[in-house]
Amino acid sequence: MTSGTITDGPALRDPHTPDSRIGHGPDYLHAEHTLRSWFFTTDHKRIALLYLASITAFFVIGAVTAGLVRLALVVPDGQVFTNDTYNKLFTIHGVVMVWFFLIPSIPATFGNFLIPLMIGARDLAFPKLNLASWYVFMTGAFFTLVSVVLGGVDTGWTFYTPLSTAFSNTWVVPALIGVTIVGFSSILTGLNFVVTIHTMRAPGMTWFRLPIFVWTHYATSLIFLLATPVITVALVLLIAERAFHIGVFDPAYGGDPVLFQHLFWFYSHPAVYIMVLPGMGVISEIVPAFAQKKLFGYRFVAYAAIGLASVTFFVWGHHMFVNGQSDLASVAFSVLSFAVAVPSAVKVYNWTATIHKGSLKLDTPMLYAMGYIGLFVLGGLTGLYLATLAINQHVHATYFVVAHFHYIMVGGTVLAFLGGLHFWWPKFTGRMYIEAWGRISAVLIFIGFNVTFFPQFILGYLGMPRRYHVYPAEFQFLNILSSAGSTILAVGYIFPMIYLVYAIWFGKRAPANPWDARGLEWTVASPPPAHNFLTEPQAPKVPYDYPIQARETGRQHS
Amino acid sequence: MNPTDLALRLWPPAASATAVETDWLILAFTVLTLLLTVPVFVAITWFAIRYRQGEPADRSHGTIRSVLIEISWMLIPFLLTLIFFVWGARLFFISKQAPGDAMVIEAIGRQWMWKFQHPTGQSEINDLHLPIGQPIKIRMISQDVIHNLYFPVFRMQMATLPDRYTEMWFKPDRTGTYRLYCSEYCGTDHSRMDGTLTLMTQADYAAWLQNAGAQQGGQAGAGRAIYESYACGTCHDPGAKVRAPSLAGLYGREVRLADGRIVTADEAYLRDKILNPNRQKLAADYKQVMPAFRNVIPTDDLDRLVAYLKSGRATAQQEASP
Repeated sequence: MTSGTITDGPALRDPHTPDSRIGHGPDYLHAEHTLRSWFFTTDHKRIALLYLASITAFFVIGAVTAGLVRLALVVPDGQVFTNDTYNKLFTIHGVVMVWFFLIPSIPATFGNFLIPLMIGARDLAFPKLNLASWYVFMTGAFFTLVSVVLGGVDTGWTFYTPLSTAFSNTWVVPALIGVTIVGFSSILTGLNFVVTIHTMRAPGMTWFRLPIFVWTHYATSLIFLLATPVITVALVLLIAERAFHIGVFDPAYGGDPVLFQHLFWFYSHPAVYIMVLPGMGVISEIVPAFAQKKLFGYRFVAYAAIGLASVTFFVWGHHMFVNGQSDLASVAFSVLSFAVAVPSAVKVYNWTATIHKGSLKLDTPMLYAMGYIGLFVLGGLTGLYLATLAINQHVHATYFVVAHFHYIMVGGTVLAFLGGLHFWWPKFTGRMYIEAWGRISAVLIFIGFNVTFFPQFILGYLGMPRRYHVYPAEFQFLNILSSAGSTILAVGYIFPMIYLVYAIWFGKRAPANPWDARGLEWTVASPPPAHNFLTEPQAPKVPYDYPIQARETGRQHS
Repeated sequence: MNPTDLALRLWPPAASATAVETDWLILAFTVLTLLLTVPVFVAITWFAIRYRQGEPADRSHGTIRSVLIEISWMLIPFLLTLIFFVWGARLFFISKQAPGDAMVIEAIGRQWMWKFQHPTGQSEINDLHLPIGQPIKIRMISQDVIHNLYFPVFRMQMATLPDRYTEMWFKPDRTGTYRLYCSEYCGTDHSRMDGTLTLMTQADYAAWLQNAGAQQGGQAGAGRAIYESYACGTCHDPGAKVRAPSLAGLYGREVRLADGRIVTADEAYLRDKILNPNRQKLAADYKQVMPAFRNVIPTDDLDRLVAYLKSGRATAQQEASP
């Protein structure tokens, strides 16, 4: 591995983009116009937009089902739907949000679009494989939607057996086939990113000149490659169990149902970091740009990404403290889960230190980034509560858990996704959105999110189990509060869908670098030319070469 | 009887020493959380105001010893949180080791109800009556999918698995009516698989047991009836026409198997032999003729039958039969 030399001192490069880099040829959006040119494109930027359109559609499905769940929980006696309908609603919400929105969200869209631009490459290493990954994704989506159209699934997104294999009378197999297939698209994307980052960096783009966004996507890709095959195997076995009673998991045929939980969480815990790490990458780009200051502790933040991706493989058992695993295993998984907090804390403290003495612009992406930091901190620390064995014994499988992972996945991933969407929207589309609307919706989402999910921490500690359609009347007040919050959140989600789309046709034309940000993606025109760089890109000598820099001493400068 | 309904409650009632300590644990952890997070939140807000673009502010940077800073904000919060790992693990282990004198309640989960059986034989559905001031151990098993028995008032829950027994214990110390739930999603009526926990004084509990009508002989006595209803004696009673091993005094003895292994006839062995007898577990000198009772005998009946085989009475009554 080559190591870059980082020098002290203020930026030597002209912050304004040299004219020679700005493209004169047709940009990637206007290079071709046919439908065929979109559906058979091998351009990473167009594939990113195919993914963006698809995951947005799934986000809408996931959000509507979430809204219906919150509607049902306004009353405690389950009068709105039947229990079966409610169970199907939260299952669709979980399956769609996890596998068809959160996991592909940032990597398949921003990662696809930006990694080649950030490292100075013309495309990903395997453009056709990249297109194939989208078709694989849509095939998986097709099977999952088939199961929904046929009547739905009621197992919960966790598919725990023997409920899923021997007792559920719903369309479990098509849903499982869909989720199994979609895993392959993750593997293809991960493979593509790893090879691209290793082999296609521009001259001078050493590892320690890479933006943190690339580092976190590298770490994410490792998880894609190493963890996804495990869920594939587990789900194939589950299908075989349901169809042929092979007896791996169902005790009625000599299997062990807890084994499925081990396999499931061996993937699904690292999958949390598939969702979180790319978001951390987005925040690490936004914060320095809007503070006009070099990212504090660059190397620590980069190492922390790899650290998170490694430690996350050793904590899956913390989902199973009360599920019948050995006490010794529980203690080991507990302490390892505390260790995950270390690299997470590194990120948060470094972002905060980056803001210190910066020159801050509180534009929409920065508002999302600041919201992200607050919510991620709360989500992360409540994760430590859950990792504490005695507390877990009480709040396991209650609304405390629901609140915790929504702070990580909505407060974390979704806010980072929206922040990144606003940050790079001018780059994607070549147009500016209306800033005031962006700020309003960022604030609405932050408020709506907290009103929705904070009461769920209290509900959980009071003992309300999750996945309850009918619940004791004493929990109604907090549930109404939560549902009220979700309506604010919904408005906050709808706004960007309107003004961002509006901007595509009617927005002001965007300059190459509207935020005065660093990074190679800002040196090309907005939108970028079809082949990215017209002249060979020159890697900057220092990553995050912003006007304001703290002089850091120590091994960073060795 | 319904638990007292309050419109808005912010802290759940606690009815055991473990529950109270769990509350202290989470409160202390919350103090640490505030110490770690409030500075970050205040700093971000303050910096956002103080260092806004255009605001006159000192933006000069001296040299920062970043490695020292990085190491300290990695290690100090980690070591502080480890206090809570240790405290939580200690409390967890205490809550895993039931005292020897604990009263054992058998619990069975099935879609979508709980069945509880008291040591004296009384059983109840979804509701559970327990005495205070006495350690209680709940042994549970599921008859179908995975369930999870959850008592918020004890800050305690445990999975109820279909293939093996799991346990939890607690010592109630406060009377009242509280809720119990299934907390592992188990299908259509998961949210209806809840009930009421009534904690009573020892005297009230004794009266309740009386009232509920003690079945003669308790679990083992009920097991005798099961033994007869499944006609186990047709083969296993002394003098039966089909040659099968006598079950008299079998429990706890060492058994030689057809393949030469020696195993102890413990509870797991008895259950397994009833549910799924096969050549691997065949006792030496016998032929494999016994039918499998898996999916034939309900789990609560199986529990009673095993209790009967474990009890001394099994021997006496068997030998008394013709």
